[in-house]
Amino acid sequence: MIYLMKNTVQPQVSQTPEKIVFKKQSQAKEVWRMYKKNKGAMIGLVLFSFILVMLAGADFIVPYSAATKGVFSQINQPPSAEHIFGTDSYGRDVFARVLYGGRTSLLIALLATMSSCLIGSTLGAISGYFGGRVDSIIMRSLDIFMSIPDILFTMAVVFALGANFQNLLIALTLAYFTNYVRLVRSQVLTLSEQDYVEAAKAGGAGSTRIILSHILPNAMGVIIVNTTLNVAKIILYESTLSFLGLGMPPPTPEWGLMLAEAREFMRAAPHLLFFPTLAIVVSASSINLIGDGLRDALDPQLKS
Amino acid sequence: MNGEPILEIKDLRVVYQTDLETVEALNGIDLKISKGKTLGLVGETGAGKTTAALSIMRLLPEKTGKILSGEIYFAGQQLTQLSQLEMRKVRGDQIAMVFQDPMTSLNPVMTVGEQIAEAIHLHNPDLSKEDTEKRVETALSMVGILPSRKNEYPHQFSGGMKQRVVIAMAVVCEPGLLIADEPTTALDVTIQAQVLMMIRELRDRLGTSMLMITHDLGIVAKICDEVAVMYAGEIIESGTVFDIFTNTRRHPYTQGLFDSIPSLSSRSARLQPIQGLMPDPSNLPKGCYFAPRCKHCMEICVAEHPRRVTEGTHTLLCHLYRETAVVQKSGGEV
Repeated sequence: MIYLMKNTVQPQVSQTPEKIVFKKQSQAKEVWRMYKKNKGAMIGLVLFSFILVMLAGADFIVPYSAATKGVFSQINQPPSAEHIFGTDSYGRDVFARVLYGGRTSLLIALLATMSSCLIGSTLGAISGYFGGRVDSIIMRSLDIFMSIPDILFTMAVVFALGANFQNLLIALTLAYFTNYVRLVRSQVLTLSEQDYVEAAKAGGAGSTRIILSHILPNAMGVIIVNTTLNVAKIILYESTLSFLGLGMPPPTPEWGLMLAEAREFMRAAPHLLFFPTLAIVVSASSINLIGDGLRDALDPQLKS
Repeated sequence: MNGEPILEIKDLRVVYQTDLETVEALNGIDLKISKGKTLGLVGETGAGKTTAALSIMRLLPEKTGKILSGEIYFAGQQLTQLSQLEMRKVRGDQIAMVFQDPMTSLNPVMTVGEQIAEAIHLHNPDLSKEDTEKRVETALSMVGILPSRKNEYPHQFSGGMKQRVVIAMAVVCEPGLLIADEPTTALDVTIQAQVLMMIRELRDRLGTSMLMITHDLGIVAKICDEVAVMYAGEIIESGTVFDIFTNTRRHPYTQGLFDSIPSLSSRSARLQPIQGLMPDPSNLPKGCYFAPRCKHCMEICVAEHPRRVTEGTHTLLCHLYRETAVVQKSGGEV
């Protein structure tokens, strides 16, 4: 050891900083640059933007009344030039119902995912980071929550509060936030053992800062993937609720409700099942693709 | 030991307490680091070196680690009595720490520049963005990294470079005391030497005091002014580098450490390692902790814990030297 030190090169400690123009790029720009490279993610983004534009501009394409008011002479018509997605068992235009239904379904799904992610991640992070008594209290309360089956729980909430947009949101959030608590807690438990967390503590950082800037960014990949999967799940879950008569009250168009209604006419009018399903599949998979792309774009190891 | 002490530890006792057992990690250690000096804390793995460092930082594992008694004075403050909030102001600003493994002590999703800036920002919240960036760049060039690399992520650096970044993070606030916990153990030998020379130069430039934790006596000889040898949570020998390296009156354990270094100049068949293992810290022997492994073990060693013997700057904790020291002292008086 001593012998070796004599022969090694002296480090250039007193190096003068070279004048180099720093390629200043904001975080968002950098993420976007990485995101663009991912073909699947771009397809997802294009599809999802298309869906969003269609939903937002629905009023200019078909009037809302077409989705709610039926014409009894035109029941269960297959797709035609007049009704490109056909008509349903009340003679309503399926295309209009898919468009306006998308507004409700996607909005509920996105909002419920976001709120369950926020509430769940916060609780999970607190529980995992502080541990001990705080952890016990949060996790045991969660156990009580989870011991009631999701569907029963949401049913109870909707029954108690009434079926409308806001209460559906509350019910779905309550049903899904538990996933996040456990997921984020397990991530935080592993990540807070990392040396860089210890190093940040040694640098004088407080708990909030450590959680927000050292632990959560490292757990982001898992959270994002879980979130995008959840959007799809929640859309399907809504349809379950609608099927049970706990979703948005008819005749409000909603994808789940449409599926529930279409089940009766599966053989006579399969298009009734096909189009809402297509809408759910396309929006869910485009969100998944976006999620995958985001996860990769946020991971600095993959940046070149 | 001249100059006023920047860090003084008095009779520090630390245990790790679980439901099953109590591990006595530090059994009353005394340490003193003078301003601008470097103390080397030497000992084999499990001797309590890192525990000592974490106690100073007050970063012992919350659930199990407990400071039973003792005082830690740093620049006039008694660290064991500060609240966690007050401690946060000390950490990183006045006492900074370099961790053992550079591979894992950098956050993979933050650029190195951001991580260095974080330390500055935490202790100088009012500093403008431009000034912070300027200090980040100075810190990077101080450790021999091009400032233009500040926007890169840790995985784009080699192991030695990462350790330089970690050191830059530690010294950026110009702390009064730098604790380096085996800063070169995870690096290969040539990089080790470079990083050590850099640490030494930085220390001299910034006038920082340093606590160098290591198990490499070569590093001690190269960098430290004073040495403390730890064994089973005790400091069994301490003194200046000359006391330890040139004195023939050594603790048998220290002697054992020297005997286990391969010599490049002389031919010898085998190394002479210290036989046996360190005692179980949850069940320490009654007498001298080193007695079961000691070649010079006497009856008194098993029965009674040795007391400290001091000769000038050199302190020993061994029964072997008690009598001779007394004899010498009384001889001197006559």
